[in-house]
Amino acid sequence: MKLDEVREILEAEVLVGTDIHTIEVNMACGADLMSDVLAFAKSGSLLLTGLTNPQVVRTAEMADASAICFVRGKKPPGETLQMAMRGNIPLLTTGLPMFESCGRLYEKGLGRGSGWDEGE
Amino acid sequence: MKDSQPGSHREIKKTQMMVYEMKVQDVMTREVITVRPDQPMSSLREVLRHNRISGLPVVLENRLVGLISLDDFIGWLAEQQKDCLVTERMSQKLEIMYDDDPLVVAIGKLDRTGMGRLPVVDRQSKALVGILTKGDVIRGLLRKLEIDYEEERLRHHYAGQILKEIQADQTALFFQYNVPGQDFKRAGTGSSRLKRTLKSLGVRPDIVRRIAIASYEAEMNLVVFTPGGKISARVQPDRIVLEVKDGGPGIENVDEAMQPGYSTAPEWVRELGFGAGMGLPNIKKSSDGFEISSQPGKGTRLKASFLLREQRDEAE
Repeated sequence: MKLDEVREILEAEVLVGTDIHTIEVNMACGADLMSDVLAFAKSGSLLLTGLTNPQVVRTAEMADASAICFVRGKKPPGETLQMAMRGNIPLLTTGLPMFESCGRLYEKGLGRGSGWDEGE
Repeated sequence: MKDSQPGSHREIKKTQMMVYEMKVQDVMTREVITVRPDQPMSSLREVLRHNRISGLPVVLENRLVGLISLDDFIGWLAEQQKDCLVTERMSQKLEIMYDDDPLVVAIGKLDRTGMGRLPVVDRQSKALVGILTKGDVIRGLLRKLEIDYEEERLRHHYAGQILKEIQADQTALFFQYNVPGQDFKRAGTGSSRLKRTLKSLGVRPDIVRRIAIASYEAEMNLVVFTPGGKISARVQPDRIVLEVKDGGPGIENVDEAMQPGYSTAPEWVRELGFGAGMGLPNIKKSSDGFEISSQPGKGTRLKASFLLREQRDEAE
């Protein structure tokens, strides 16, 4: 699924990123615990989170996430925006809560059939 | 010709493949300047001049109803008729593309019709979603070629390969990053630099990712718990060894610290999404070999190795 489609489904606003028509999102990972993202998210995932500190962008960078979407209408501070621009990581923000954001994306078929590595 | 220039031959074949694989929507221009059928012809002068374009789609309620070209406009000017509506002069014989058409169909159509631009519509809703020119096609193909070329260049430039060519009994590349303690805002800078370095050396992306994750977790520990430390990476022909050392305070019970969920992190760290006792287990999980030793009061030393062998089975 293209990031632009994600934006549409989540009725999200793009804060950073211009190439949302070409960026591919394979999976989504909803988490407020960055260690969980590092441990379980697959590369190419969309990271949905309620945290807005700059380490969220760092986490996305390390875990090869395709983009970050802040939920519950959160707007990140300037240093987070700057880090995303430097690291070329698109940032979106949606007014929807985490549960509904994940639900809508799942319903539209994002990440079906390629679940988490529960066995590890 | 074909055999004497295998490189260019391969490239042509690749472009041929691309025009079948890529879709119109991958290359089209999405921001389309349109006019309404009930607009006066005289209003086109500014639109055409300002945007320096030779034709415009005519759109009524999202639906494409015609095309009006610079030629139509000049024709109208030359006849010196009084102002009329766009709908009276526009061409209704429409050549269109669907956004999910393969590029090869679009190229054929541009060629056959001799049109400079083709409107692109959504197959289901029939709404206008973009416009396609020959320039868009060429730019799209070049962009794709450039991405593929960069990926290939990185594969050839593989670090292990370089190291294997060096004649010595033992060879390694060594990088070190200094991590200041307590500076949460800058935390991750070292791991980010290490990641970019390994990537530019052409180390396989999935291995780079595992090293970056391990290094970042370790860097977080340095920042949160210690006065600072060093992260180093040794790139050897068959493996990369990550080593993280700090100057204190050490871990009382290493076995306990290795338990997932065990944490002594302060509340402020938890609020930022870290410190849930997953750091050390995560480092161990991402690596192929893991050692940790600690002396309370002195410091902690952690070593994680990553084998540069074939694809690690994701399910393992």
